[in-house]
Amino acid sequence: MTVRFLWARQFWRGFSMCLAIPMKILKIEGDRANVSSPGIQRNIGINFLKNPKIGDYVIVHAGFAIEKLDPVKAEETLKILEELQ
Amino acid sequence: MKYIDEFRNLDIAAKISGLIKEDAKGLGEMNFMEVCGTHTMAVERFGIRQMLPENIRLISGPGCPVCVTPKNYVDKAIALTSLENVIVFSFGDMLKVPGTNSSLFKQKSKGKVRIVYSAFDAALFAEKNQDKKIVFLGIGFETTTPTVAATVKYAKKKKMKNFFVYSGHKIMPPAMKLLASDKRVNIKGFLCPAHVSAIIGMKPYVKVCEEYNIPCVIAGFEPLDILHSVLMLIRQARSKKAEVENQYNRVVKFSGNIEALRLIDEVFSINDSDWRGIGVIKNSGLILSKGYREFDIEKNIDLPEVKTSADKGCICGSVLKGIKTPLDCALFSKKCTPENPYGACMVSSEGACAAYYRYGAGRK
Repeated sequence: MTVRFLWARQFWRGFSMCLAIPMKILKIEGDRANVSSPGIQRNIGINFLKNPKIGDYVIVHAGFAIEKLDPVKAEETLKILEELQ
Repeated sequence: MKYIDEFRNLDIAAKISGLIKEDAKGLGEMNFMEVCGTHTMAVERFGIRQMLPENIRLISGPGCPVCVTPKNYVDKAIALTSLENVIVFSFGDMLKVPGTNSSLFKQKSKGKVRIVYSAFDAALFAEKNQDKKIVFLGIGFETTTPTVAATVKYAKKKKMKNFFVYSGHKIMPPAMKLLASDKRVNIKGFLCPAHVSAIIGMKPYVKVCEEYNIPCVIAGFEPLDILHSVLMLIRQARSKKAEVENQYNRVVKFSGNIEALRLIDEVFSINDSDWRGIGVIKNSGLILSKGYREFDIEKNIDLPEVKTSADKGCICGSVLKGIKTPLDCALFSKKCTPENPYGACMVSSEGACAAYYRYGAGRK
């Protein structure tokens, strides 16, 4: 856990503008939401997210969720990668 | 970590690398350009370059927002810190960028500059400190712009009188078009930025693709995403096609994030913009629109006159255009290091020079 935390912290600092880690929504209050990824918790804006729900994975950038991550499409991509020839 | 580890599988990476080598045979020299700082970082960090055959070259374009911000903007931002009651808020990467005589980092010790992770944090500070004028340095591409737009809208809703934005925001596709037409760069494919595309979708690339007959693939940031996208570009080239493909469809939708685009359209309007090392590109920048002028620092304060001098010996301009690599620069890793940067490409962690330096490409 500690290693993961340090890794995440390094990421957080390294990518001071762009953070490419998908984070999970824990709580929603109006335009704001609490999101987490192992070792990090943040309060972010969800102003331009369509129908955000608790449990959704979102891409966070500069304190706002810019888009949801589609778990079905993620599985499809992984399958394509595995079957590539 | 979910949705990260799966896309870093070594066996699959080796397999795709093999497929790339197979398919790239007989294609000749191919320059593929990525136009996103996070791609630049990932390519160096995961050693993607070493997994590609010799005839496939990945080159970095003007994808780092800090790097393309003109020196004059930095000088003006520094000048703002000398005004009474003004505190400048900025993303951390901007601080070390050298201006003509100083940097924001040097002004920070005087308490006039603060680092924030989000424009929203600057607005919250302004709300609590009504006696201070807060200026947020709005730099970044389409990914960052809606976050600033949402913040400006919040400031309007709260009728804030002490929050301002100094907009240096830029739009990516016009720069891609310019580079696509530059014969010196000779681009055979674009790896389109993942999170810029999450906002703008696939449509803006169609024009680049059709007009210049250059394949475009929207690529995710994980190593498998990048390798897969390179393979997709090679396969397009093999079948003599030029299309826009979306490798990162787990996040990027065809039309992008419509709500974010609507927000940008409401709060910002398009103007010509100066790109460091490239020059002025028509319709490639954003300033606050008429309805939000009260938050535009340039419309509300007389900015002090600044004198900006040209960079000496630094080849950031050519690096940003992909004509040269950091290794071609006489200053790279000798006089110019992340601790003592000369040009913007070495300052930002997303800059090509910083990525080359950090992950050892310059220390062969």
